[in-house]
Amino acid sequence: MALAALLGALTIASSIALLAASAYIIARAALRPSIADLQVAIVGVRFFGIARGVFRYLERLVSHEANFRLLARLRVWFYTALEPLAPARLAHHRGGDLLARIVADIDTLEHFYVRVLAPPVVALLIALLMGIFLSAYDVRLALAVLAVLALAGVGVPLLTRYLSRDAGQVMAQTRGELNAALLDGIQGSADVIAFGQQEAQLARIQGINRQLSRWQRRMARIRGLDAALGALLVNLAATLVLALVTPLVRAGQIEGVDVAVLALATMASFESVLGLPMAFQYLGSSLAAGRRLFEIVDEKPVLAAQDYPQAQSPPSNFDLVFENVTFRYTADSPPALDSVGFTLRQGRRLAIVGSSGAGKSTLVNLLLRFWDYEQGFIALGGRDIRDYDPEHLRSWIAVVSQNTYLFNTTVRENILLGRQNASEAEMIEAARQAQIHDFITTLPGGYDTWVGEQGLRLSGGERQRIAIARALLKDAPVLVLDEATTGLDSVTERDVITALYRLMEGRTVLMITHRLTGLQAMDEILVLHEGKLAERGTHAGLVQSQGRYFKMSALQNESLR
Amino acid sequence: MHLEKRLRIGRAALALTIGLGVIAGLLLVAQAFLLSRAINLVFLQGAALADILPLLASLLGVGAARALALSGGEVSAQGLAESVKTDLRERLYAHILALGPAYTRGERSGELVNTATGGIEALDAYLREYIPQVALAAFVPLIMLLTVFPIDLVSGLVLLFTAPLIPLFMILIGKAAGALNRRQWTALSRMSAHFLDVLQGLTTLKLFQRSRAQIEIIAAVSDQFRKTTLDVLRVAFLSALVLEMVATISTAVVAVEIGLRLLHGVLDFERAFFVLVLAPEFYLPLRTLGIRFHAGVAGATAARRIFEVLETPPEVMLTDNARPLPPPSFHIRLENVVYAYGDRPALNGLSLEIRPGERLALVGPSGGGKTTISQLLLRFIEPRGGQITVDSFPLHDLPADSWREQIAWVPQNPYLFNASAADNIRLGKPSATMAEIIEAARLAGAHEFISALPSGYDTLIGERGARLSGGQAQRIALARAFLRDAPLLILDEATAHLDPETELLIQASINRLMQGRTALIIAHRLSTVYNADRIAVIDGGRVVETGAHEELLRQNGVYRQLVTAYAGEQAKPF
Repeated sequence: MALAALLGALTIASSIALLAASAYIIARAALRPSIADLQVAIVGVRFFGIARGVFRYLERLVSHEANFRLLARLRVWFYTALEPLAPARLAHHRGGDLLARIVADIDTLEHFYVRVLAPPVVALLIALLMGIFLSAYDVRLALAVLAVLALAGVGVPLLTRYLSRDAGQVMAQTRGELNAALLDGIQGSADVIAFGQQEAQLARIQGINRQLSRWQRRMARIRGLDAALGALLVNLAATLVLALVTPLVRAGQIEGVDVAVLALATMASFESVLGLPMAFQYLGSSLAAGRRLFEIVDEKPVLAAQDYPQAQSPPSNFDLVFENVTFRYTADSPPALDSVGFTLRQGRRLAIVGSSGAGKSTLVNLLLRFWDYEQGFIALGGRDIRDYDPEHLRSWIAVVSQNTYLFNTTVRENILLGRQNASEAEMIEAARQAQIHDFITTLPGGYDTWVGEQGLRLSGGERQRIAIARALLKDAPVLVLDEATTGLDSVTERDVITALYRLMEGRTVLMITHRLTGLQAMDEILVLHEGKLAERGTHAGLVQSQGRYFKMSALQNESLR
Repeated sequence: MHLEKRLRIGRAALALTIGLGVIAGLLLVAQAFLLSRAINLVFLQGAALADILPLLASLLGVGAARALALSGGEVSAQGLAESVKTDLRERLYAHILALGPAYTRGERSGELVNTATGGIEALDAYLREYIPQVALAAFVPLIMLLTVFPIDLVSGLVLLFTAPLIPLFMILIGKAAGALNRRQWTALSRMSAHFLDVLQGLTTLKLFQRSRAQIEIIAAVSDQFRKTTLDVLRVAFLSALVLEMVATISTAVVAVEIGLRLLHGVLDFERAFFVLVLAPEFYLPLRTLGIRFHAGVAGATAARRIFEVLETPPEVMLTDNARPLPPPSFHIRLENVVYAYGDRPALNGLSLEIRPGERLALVGPSGGGKTTISQLLLRFIEPRGGQITVDSFPLHDLPADSWREQIAWVPQNPYLFNASAADNIRLGKPSATMAEIIEAARLAGAHEFISALPSGYDTLIGERGARLSGGQAQRIALARAFLRDAPLLILDEATAHLDPETELLIQASINRLMQGRTALIIAHRLSTVYNADRIAVIDGGRVVETGAHEELLRQNGVYRQLVTAYAGEQAKPF
């Protein structure tokens, strides 16, 4: 980094020297010496002419190298801080929106070094150099030029910053409003048109646009002022130099030849400060980006960092026990789970049903230790789940949930997530059992077809079957099905359930659902209502008792889907 | 390109920007003249400070004038950018509306939003910096050349012959650098995409104990990116080096050439110094153009996409012979209607009748064409074949906007605007009072949850406000329909996101809403379909069965299968 700044300073120093040497040649030549007297300066001009280009090249190379190293470290740093936060601490952030912004923020910091950090250092080095150079002639001269440089390098940026102090924020906000209005107008165009609101929406966009234009014009005036002051100050510096030097020349303290050298060198030195107002602007956006990154990084993970024994053997059985578990997401919210208790013996199947908001997903979050519970007790294989390393605990549990995330990679990689070292034959077998193999072979690239956001879009049923293949490959003793068939139409649902059936064989199953489908096969059904256990029993028993479960299933049987 | 046409709007601002740039160039020449005269006086004539004071004063004066010209240029360039941007943004949005929901739906909407926001903003730098600079890069060096020639022919020739080298190299480099830039940009967006992918899939990775392993993968990907990028950049920087060399070496050549001729007494100092000061300024506008070339490329790319959208012909053609609307109880007929999304057929000669005042339910497997019918009735799309008539007049003869005023539409995924809950409901009737809005919300079963929001009806909802569930969004849309009070009601899976208990609660109000209106109900729950006067079963883009519930059950066809499918599945054990 220091090297890059030094190279940057050398670049500008070369151009100062280039102009100074050129001025020297001409001034000296005007006195008609022999050509030999000019040789050194001629060589100098050639040297600085080439050096400037070479230095600039090296400076760019070094600074970008350093910059990309920094960015790479930044990504790793951010990810390392984020990883323990997921998903509990990220739940209240807006899914992809925020994450997308974070990625953009890290990209914004790409400019931080080259455009924010380096320019002031370069300016400082050049000021130092000019100070020494001019002091050799006259201290007052040096002070005068440094004062003007400071005015251009510190005063002007501070002034423009003062003038635009709220402009940045207001403009970002107005631009945000404009984007939101356009987003509304485009994504909601069906609703806009159906309700005949085209004119109103257009007027709204025009209004915000006018407001933004006003601010942009104001910014242009500030930029104009900045450019004007810069030009004016260069001029002032040259005038000052001439005014100060003239008496010195007459007094014989400075040779006449040097007048031209001093004037041109001074003017050239301003190259180092004219970019500084821009650096200030980039500083603003970099700081905002940094602030957003720290907002996330500074969050505390829900699980306190804790040392677990290096190698933990799996428990001898996988009996799952919940005892009087009570949990609130925040201290002042009503309990999401209120004294819930049940026992699921290894190899048995338990269903938990209830309408949305009943606390079903909370149960899964606690079991997977995405959150930690306050009261009660959850045990797997006779030991508190808090005694296990969360990584180990999760390795014994396979989850198929409603929102299967597919990564932007091949089908193969997505299935192999279940077990990295699985062989080709094992993977295909898992796909076959999940009833997705035949479909995959019809894809253009087979298992190497790219899927996810940027690849092939798979239907809900296909995604769920890939999730099932993953879980089959993982081959964990405990299986959690979290609304695994929600959102699928009835034909697809039936196919997925057939595949799930294969997956459930020989495993301890915890099934969470609000669709009361195929629950006859469960050993026990718990009905959750507002965080509490409302009913429990088998399908037949619950239907017979004509309670909440019965009502839910009657409503559902009316469905035509 | 079309942008040039649009530039006419900002023609005055563009002329002013270029004019001010030229004036700034002229003042620069004057500045160089004054400077060299002053230095000459001090250096060779032994002038005192008092002798050169008038020169220094004019130097400051010229500097101030130049400062004014520069800032004026900045402001008028902004004016140019703004007039074109504003015009394009409004034109673009109006055109997107004209293209209709059929064009904007699905994945394309995100890209369109980007074009309307980021795409238009990308034009800012292009219009403000690049376009005027193209003219200035021609004019300003020309002015300097014209001044230098009479003073010193040789230097003038040096400048004249080296100047074309810069644009020449620039074009050569620009071509190579453009491709390299694109490649580097692709590499960056790929890496960002990977990063985003990992962040979004973090929970999944955790479930498979793969989240920690990603630390190393991210480090490796970033490092790989750095290496490939630097390879690309090395070439780009090398090209810039060549460009810079041409400019500096040319300056150096001028300096040495003048120096030597001074030595031989062919040239006097003042003129020589004047030329020396001007030489770097001569190359500057050309180099600036080179620096802004990137903005030029980005702007041109953005403009291309904007004009692509602007040139897409809208589907719904407004006809001139707009008939007056029929009375509110109208009879709608779809006759042999054909529609396809691209190559994918949706309706294959569908015929359907919607009688005044009846409740018609459309049922059938998903993808059968039910939603396409509602889109056609709303005139978001036009039939490819066959026709739709209202009281025997062709639908496309009716003015689209006033026709839509006859319809209250509740879609499966209603859009919530970035506005208050009250304003979102008000969409149904912009003139509605607060009392009417609350009443509509009450009827739609939305009053309770809206009241529970932090600021009640004033709470901002939508993308940037409070998050509502799918079911809550549907109840807002139902409230809109209650407020709308239109003769034709279209419910397109309007209760799909509600859980059965909530649906039961608002079914009564839906029944009330349908009272005295013609209603088209696309539904999947039996309770809604029971009450319909007629049921039409749509499959494969055609009506396969019509009739009342009992009638259809007796037919033992598709409808019966649909009704029994669920029960059959229920019976099947795991």
